[in-house]
Amino acid sequence: MATEYASSGEYIKHHLQNLTYGQHADGTWGIAHGAAEAKAMGFWAINVDSMLFSIGLGVLFLFFFRLAAKKATTGVPAGLQNFVEWIVEFIDHSVRGSFSYKNAMVAPLALTVFIWVFLMNAMDLIPVDWLPYAASMAGVPYLKVVPSTDPNVTFGMSLSIFFLVLFYSVKMKGSGGFFAELAFQPFQAKNPILKYLVFMPINLLLEGVGLIAKPISLALRLFGNMYAGEMIFILIALMFGGGWILAVFGGTLQWAWAVFHILIITLQAFIFMTLTIVYLDMAHAEHH
Amino acid sequence: MNFNATLIGQSITFILFVWFCMKYVWPPIMNALETRKKQIADGLAAGDRGKHELELAAKKASENLREAKSQAGEVIAQAEKRAAQIVDEAKSAAKEEGDRQIAAAQATIDQEANRAREGLREQVAALAVAGAEKILRREVNAQTHADLLGQLKAEL
Repeated sequence: MATEYASSGEYIKHHLQNLTYGQHADGTWGIAHGAAEAKAMGFWAINVDSMLFSIGLGVLFLFFFRLAAKKATTGVPAGLQNFVEWIVEFIDHSVRGSFSYKNAMVAPLALTVFIWVFLMNAMDLIPVDWLPYAASMAGVPYLKVVPSTDPNVTFGMSLSIFFLVLFYSVKMKGSGGFFAELAFQPFQAKNPILKYLVFMPINLLLEGVGLIAKPISLALRLFGNMYAGEMIFILIALMFGGGWILAVFGGTLQWAWAVFHILIITLQAFIFMTLTIVYLDMAHAEHH
Repeated sequence: MNFNATLIGQSITFILFVWFCMKYVWPPIMNALETRKKQIADGLAAGDRGKHELELAAKKASENLREAKSQAGEVIAQAEKRAAQIVDEAKSAAKEEGDRQIAAAQATIDQEANRAREGLREQVAALAVAGAEKILRREVNAQTHADLLGQLKAEL
């Protein structure tokens, strides 16, 4: 399929282009063709493909889990309920392991994060050309099927989690306590001049960077891993246009990379979930 | 990286999904898990209790059996004693009855013999008187010798 494009570079660019809907420079609304046009649309544009796939996968997750929850019996579980209970117990175990406070929101949050991120990552296992090709047949020029390769998606989640962290930090420690946590450690002093004039700015800088680094690293880790994995799939897919020997080699590579990717998508979902729990635990923890 | 409103859309979606999961997915499943855990624990406890009760019942049953056996032995011993007693009583009663019958028979025999002897004596006396009468017919006057004859008759 790579042969349809003018060059390999174009093929790669095309596959990395979101279906962005927004206002063009000339004032009309429509789909951006190319990265430059998408950038020109500014903030008030939306990546239709990311939104559709992420919402679709989230709804899929909630639909099946709700189905199991509705029919949950205390008797002998079977089929879907077994599977759902297995995941729920795994999440519950993880939350109990790293979150030591009482908060009814954390476990469902962790479950949502884990399954949703896993499903979004799992879109990576669908051969890179299938859905974009089908979409182009239907008249949709661009389609990026893996929502977690869109930084908007990963930052959307990590920033929401960051706001939860801020909310619970203030709620559990009070705004003064939260500020003290940022301002009076790691460097501590009894002398007021040293404490307020010297150490406080340094502490605020260090702790502030540490605080801001949480959502950014959370989002970038997921995005980077999935983006790189997607990129490799695209590069492998390029081989399919280079004669049958390369195509067979590419097919083997794609299979091997997909198998390896099963590990990565699960691992990334797990890391995202675990860090979410840990950050929320830190938000609840009192430092003295 | 190109940030746009997808960021906000994604955040809202995420929050809605978490809310839904927290409200409608997590509690029922957790509830079912907890309830089942409790049921299993209860079941195991009931099993233990049942086993314990079974042991107690077995112990009690063997105790009952032993008691019943000893009681039965007692009853049998008593019955044997009673039977022996009855046999003894029957024996003695029979012996008494026999003695009584023997005595009665003896008495009857004695009586019969006495009567026969009496009869015989009377007959002998009558015979003797008749003989004497025959001899003495002529010489003895029946009226005059009536005393003598009667005396003789009584002596015979």
